[in-house]
Amino acid sequence: MIEFKNVSKVYANGVKALNNINLKIDEGEFVAIIGLSGAGKSTLLRLINKLIESSGGEVLFEGQSVTKAKGKELINIRRQIGMIFQGFNIVKRMSVLSNVLSGRVAYNPTWKTILGIFPEEDKQIAYRALQRVDIIEKVHNRASDLSGGQQQRVAIARALAQQPKIMLADEPVASLDPITTIQVMDYLKKINVEDGITTIANLHHVDLALKYATRVVGIKAGDIVYDIQMKNVNKEKFFRDLEMVYGRSIQNDDVLGANNG
Amino acid sequence: MDKIIIPKPKRFKRNLIILSVIFLIVGSGWFAGFNIFEVLTHLYKGGRLLGRMFFPPDFSYIPNIVAPMIETIRMAIVGTAVGAVVALPVAVLAANNFIKTKWLHVPLRVVLNIFRTIPALVLASLFVAVFGSGAFSGVIALSIFTFGLVSKLTYETIEAVDYGQVEALMSLGANKLNVLRYAIMPQIMPQYMSYTLYGFEVNVRAAAVLGYVGAGGIGQIYETNLAWRQFDRVGMIIIFTFFIVLIIDLVSSSIRKRLV
Repeated sequence: MIEFKNVSKVYANGVKALNNINLKIDEGEFVAIIGLSGAGKSTLLRLINKLIESSGGEVLFEGQSVTKAKGKELINIRRQIGMIFQGFNIVKRMSVLSNVLSGRVAYNPTWKTILGIFPEEDKQIAYRALQRVDIIEKVHNRASDLSGGQQQRVAIARALAQQPKIMLADEPVASLDPITTIQVMDYLKKINVEDGITTIANLHHVDLALKYATRVVGIKAGDIVYDIQMKNVNKEKFFRDLEMVYGRSIQNDDVLGANNG
Repeated sequence: MDKIIIPKPKRFKRNLIILSVIFLIVGSGWFAGFNIFEVLTHLYKGGRLLGRMFFPPDFSYIPNIVAPMIETIRMAIVGTAVGAVVALPVAVLAANNFIKTKWLHVPLRVVLNIFRTIPALVLASLFVAVFGSGAFSGVIALSIFTFGLVSKLTYETIEAVDYGQVEALMSLGANKLNVLRYAIMPQIMPQYMSYTLYGFEVNVRAAAVLGYVGAGGIGQIYETNLAWRQFDRVGMIIIFTFFIVLIIDLVSSSIRKRLV
């Protein structure tokens, strides 16, 4: 479904974010990407929908080159890829409904979306997306009135409204408290399992990766140093393996459960 | 215990700055021919003039002020509206984060800065020369002034938007116009409205003197009455204008506080 072929990324300031990445992700997987901050996790995710341009190699989405895509072709790829962020990035000065409807802009003519006109079926898609994450009762609220966890659910609803094939989640719970973290992760998992939406999440907490992911990819200084299917994985061994990814032992900060007391 | 010795901060630079500022003020006054004794000797004359203007002002003149005052406000409204509407798209083009072509926004900014530096009164006298005297010239002057002011403040606001929201819209397949509509506009709208209202406040004050160069509004009757030395009427115009400007400022700034 997604394939990285010898992909590298060097930023304009000379920072090497990724070196020669080769990675294949199949339909329906829930992939957790872990690694220290600065290891290249966010870059890897953003190369999938070309929010960042690669310096070399090629990224494929369902066999189609994302790297070479431009204009309408790129928009057509992006609308099939939902993305949620650490900072939620919903538009705070708009209503919840407008935010979720904005997930439909790439499916409608621009002159209509500029005027804020969406067909009834798109509104139904938006309502259903909000229902999916149990926040339909806030549909007419201003997004800024919602709590962090609620905002992230609206962000998930916006991504769902795209009717995506893939969901990218860039540190989706890093700004949330432990209880809301579990809620949001549960929604992501539910969508992954029930709708078969391939999910790729950058996670900071290794125990979340253990609990939710079907596969864990470890990145260290721009290289993939670890890649394992999570079936029948032994927790102790998993944590020991991750010491290689982190270059140190797993500490309390790396685990959500420990913070939770 | 050892005594802690902290060296005194070096004050040389600060003292130099203070001295320079004093020198600048005194020097400017000297060259401008400002003389405190002159002020004192003329205080008596000035007092007499104030007496003729305000004790009492000519209240019966109020009906004659209303129409030009309304014209003044109308000029300010139209000038503000035209200037602000044009300013919005130009601000989008002038911001360096929405359209990243340097050749467009660098020259645009130079032009905007020039517009902003020319006082409305100077613009008005220019347009009176071109279009003839009357409110139309005043409105154009105010439009251009507002345009310069609002576009500058707005493009700076656009450059400071939360990029995360822009990135989110890009990620879901929004094109440039949709990014503008759904990520940038909602973020800048309150500020833009606030700048426009501020422009209106400034314009009401500016419009009140534009008549002096023949560009319509209350300034025209002001000039006529000064020429005829009808100071009680001039006093009335000043009081009237003061209250209108005060009310507009109060209402506008309270709306602005709620916006942002």
